Amino acid sequence: MFLRTALHTFGAYCLFIWRVFSTPDKWKVFFKRYIAEINKLGIDSIPLVIIISIFIGVVCTIQMKLNATSPLMPRYTVGYATREIILLEFTSSILCLILAGKVGSNIASEIGTMRVTEQIDALEIMGVNSANFLVLPKIAAMMTFICVLVIFSMATSLGGGYLVCIVSDVVPLSTYIYGIQTSFNEWYVWYALIKSLFFAFVISSVASFFGYYVKGGALEVGKASTNAVVTSSIFILLLDVVLTQIMLQ
Amino acid sequence: MIEVKDINKSFEDKQVLSGISATFYDGKTNLIIGLSGSGKTVLMKSMVGLVTPESGEILYDGRDLLRMDLKQKKELRKEIGMLFQGSALFDSETVLGNVMFPLTMFSTMTAAEMKERAEFCIERVNLKDANHKYPSELSGGMQKRVAIARAIALNPKYLFCDEPNSGLDPKTSILIDELLSDITHEYGITTIINTHDMNSVLGIGENILFVNKGRCGWVGTKDEIYSSGNEALDNFVFATRLFMEVKKVHDMKSAGFKV
Repeated sequence: MFLRTALHTFGAYCLFIWRVFSTPDKWKVFFKRYIAEINKLGIDSIPLVIIISIFIGVVCTIQMKLNATSPLMPRYTVGYATREIILLEFTSSILCLILAGKVGSNIASEIGTMRVTEQIDALEIMGVNSANFLVLPKIAAMMTFICVLVIFSMATSLGGGYLVCIVSDVVPLSTYIYGIQTSFNEWYVWYALIKSLFFAFVISSVASFFGYYVKGGALEVGKASTNAVVTSSIFILLLDVVLTQIMLQ
Repeated sequence: MIEVKDINKSFEDKQVLSGISATFYDGKTNLIIGLSGSGKTVLMKSMVGLVTPESGEILYDGRDLLRMDLKQKKELRKEIGMLFQGSALFDSETVLGNVMFPLTMFSTMTAAEMKERAEFCIERVNLKDANHKYPSELSGGMQKRVAIARAIALNPKYLFCDEPNSGLDPKTSILIDELLSDITHEYGITTIINTHDMNSVLGIGENILFVNKGRCGWVGTKDEIYSSGNEALDNFVFATRLFMEVKKVHDMKSAGFKV
């Protein structure tokens, strides 16, 4: 029964994505909505990304200092390990999990409300491909702006470590800077960016799917929003395993 | 003209429409009436393509909606305007934005022409100084009028209205009815109104279809409804004391009494 429901949902998701990726009725309208979505989903997320990234950078640096106690371990390990954690996992996977909560629930509730108030039916009656009109700009905006958010997150997380070195005696600032420059592998930045592209697609498409097929009223919109966040979080974690295996082999 | 022929639709085990047939005429206010759960909303949704019936024909001037491909359906939908029960205005757009929306999507007008057309439609529904307001800032009656303006922006041939008077006070309901009737006659639109409102039935019903348990219960005009001889229809239309009195007065007048 569960397998049947899962397969049915996956099939519905594939058909939905097929409808989403059709040519927009008017490119001018699409670009206008694309810019609006970048503003709403991307730029509005910058403060959250900055705040969380700074604190994670601070906590990572302190944790490294507290746990790297062996005298055989050079002190720059604190900066080095902080950088690796931030580049490899935090700025892609953890950040996207956080965005799944903020952006995913926003998308699911917005589209779900449009469904229950018959706004989507109104679009369909007018002859507009509602899935394409509503969802494609969101997916495109998330997939393009996620790179900006990830780079912001990398910079501000490392900046958080920098700050904690200034205001406390975790490690000398010069040692921290040396640590974050040591054995730098540029591929890790690309790895984070590529992973985040997949995650951005999952966040925006899964949330849109749950919102688009809401049936009922306000209660169901809330449920759809929760389901969207839970499902996209699970898919992000699964994809993380697969992509890490493929890209870091 | 829209012809519906032998439409059947069921949801799981429940048969909602059972071989219903009807004709809706150009330039007339065609009303679909019936008890809650009788299938009139499903019939309307089938007619606009939001629900797919299991069998039958829905002919728009001879073109069968159920046998059209996606492209043909898209073209047909440009000829359809619809007023939803809850107005279904786009929350993120102003009144002007809502009315301009279909023009932006489907017309080849310039921005100035679109604005002019939208302003004309807004004026036509007697809305003033509301162009830059958002739907949440409008009353229910005003929202309905904006929805009508949006529905007529592209000069539709067919106008569907799902319970246009629900949630409105009697005076505003009459204004909306008169507006729909005027627009229908002015532009020669085939207007189909799904309603529970007996004021509408007796006021603007030029062609009335009574849906009873998913079947065609009765067809006639607002004048014929008093003498339909259909028990189910009489129970529905003249259910309240007010309308029973209206019927009595009408019957007495018909019998030659001075009332």
